[in-house]
Amino acid sequence: MKFGTEIVVLSLFAFAALVAAGFGVEGPFRQHMGVLFFAVAGFTAILLRNTDFKPAAPIDTSAYMDGPIRYGAIATVFWGVVGMLVGVIIALQLAYPHLNIQPWFNFGRLRPLHTSGVVFAFGGNALLCTSLYVVQRTCRARLFGGKLAWFVFWGYQLFIVMAATGYLLGITEAREYAEPEWYVDLWLTIVWVAYLILFLGTILKRKEPHIYVANWFYLSFIVTIAMLHVVNNLSMPASFLGSKSYSAFSGVQDALTQWWYGHNAVGFFLTAGFLGMMYYFVPKQANRPVYSYRLSIVHFWAIIFLYIWAGPHHLHYTALPDWAQTLGMAFSIMLWMPSWGGMINGLMTLSGAWDKLRTDPIIRMMVMAVAFYGMSTFEGPIMSIKTVNSLSHYTDWTIGHVHSGALGWVGMISFGAIYYMVPKLWNRERLYSLRLVTWHFWLATLGIVVYAAVMWVSGIMQGLMWREYDEQGFLVYSFAETVAAMHPFYVMRAIGGAMYLTGALLMAWNVTMTILGHQREEQPMPGSEPALRPAE
Amino acid sequence: MSYNLMREFADSWGLLAMALFFVGCIAFALRPGGKTLADQAAQIPLKDD
Repeated sequence: MKFGTEIVVLSLFAFAALVAAGFGVEGPFRQHMGVLFFAVAGFTAILLRNTDFKPAAPIDTSAYMDGPIRYGAIATVFWGVVGMLVGVIIALQLAYPHLNIQPWFNFGRLRPLHTSGVVFAFGGNALLCTSLYVVQRTCRARLFGGKLAWFVFWGYQLFIVMAATGYLLGITEAREYAEPEWYVDLWLTIVWVAYLILFLGTILKRKEPHIYVANWFYLSFIVTIAMLHVVNNLSMPASFLGSKSYSAFSGVQDALTQWWYGHNAVGFFLTAGFLGMMYYFVPKQANRPVYSYRLSIVHFWAIIFLYIWAGPHHLHYTALPDWAQTLGMAFSIMLWMPSWGGMINGLMTLSGAWDKLRTDPIIRMMVMAVAFYGMSTFEGPIMSIKTVNSLSHYTDWTIGHVHSGALGWVGMISFGAIYYMVPKLWNRERLYSLRLVTWHFWLATLGIVVYAAVMWVSGIMQGLMWREYDEQGFLVYSFAETVAAMHPFYVMRAIGGAMYLTGALLMAWNVTMTILGHQREEQPMPGSEPALRPAE
Repeated sequence: MSYNLMREFADSWGLLAMALFFVGCIAFALRPGGKTLADQAAQIPLKDD
């Protein structure tokens, strides 16, 4: 029977969720378990409607397993649009507080929905599907473990749904980027271990003797995130039928654990993982090998050894010991080394093929991503210097920095990878429209420029206003005055974000039409075809 | 094991061991004769689809 085991296990899972929804000790937990019940029961119903008793068709085990990757590509685009939309909404909420709808859609609950939505749902799905795409093609081996890849894909989507609905219900650990409560954390741990087994198993059965460097980056991302997630979420639930849990650490130790996690989530989720993407998709799209393979190895080890120590720069001028703050700052500055190594390597891969920038909007996107990788990882170490941090910390400058990295580097390289993969995954000759990719490129780039520039001005203004004393030693501005001064910048920021979102919507349209098999009739990109010359 | 002992180990032998491992990795990547192998490895994604 097709899906036999799955249907039985999922029915029991749904029943357990229903029991927890009935016996939960507090309202939000009961509602959350209700969400879980409907999600799992609905999924089981879909499986039931698609089951049959015919003997299963034999699976061609010599071919690559691309089913979960196709779903992952669609999920990436879908969650990207959702996460960015929530981003624009909360940007508008900051500018116009009346848009806060209590209690489910206020800023406090929507903000983690936005960050988790773009980082874990959009970025996570992009990493998941590209890593499985890349590992098969560079190892020349089918994914390990049969249906394991499907479990990882759907298990991760369940994690996203549970995390997102939990935030809206007000369930949170209040740890930045690690907000989901203990039971959702446990589920992610199971899914993540399955992901590690899937990835590692595929590498172990490779037919290519050498493990290509992109896989090193992906593997370091998977292993490090497992370690960070487990340690940062060590906690004791107050009840096994309630959502509240208490951290195993307290005080400044808890703060340092959180920012050791938080910074390395940036380092290994948003950097190492997406560098794996860069080292495969940039050479593929440019059709040239990476500029220096040995530099990529140095890049890898430098990131591994340096990044993990940089977390304390999130806790400058706090109760954290001074030596730890200085250590975090020193290691952050050393991160310039891998940052520039990686940027040079990515950009120089195009040396001798720079004309492609004019003719290929996908390459243009990838180059812009690498440029933003270089710029935002140049800015980061500067901001980690204690004297600079005393001005920048807690201001919008930090928000601008994060977005130049997230929109510029993470977003652009993912868009590039999606545009590369989708026609290949669905056996289409080309994308629906390259012109739309150009539109996406310019909307996204201008959106980021508006966003980052506005946040610099607003952040530095905010920092300077906070520290402005008069000659008698009194603060010149009240907090509310600094908030009022930032209103015009908040409006402009929302416009920048809306431009970026519009670009993502164009991508969703383009990808959908490509999957459906349409090709837009359009002028070819100038210079992409050699111009005909009259015979002489 | 007390915090101070760990702290002392971390900023002496621990630091030395990790620094040496790191330098070793870089030296191995840049060793003479490694270039040919590296160039072959760089071709892996381009070999087929």
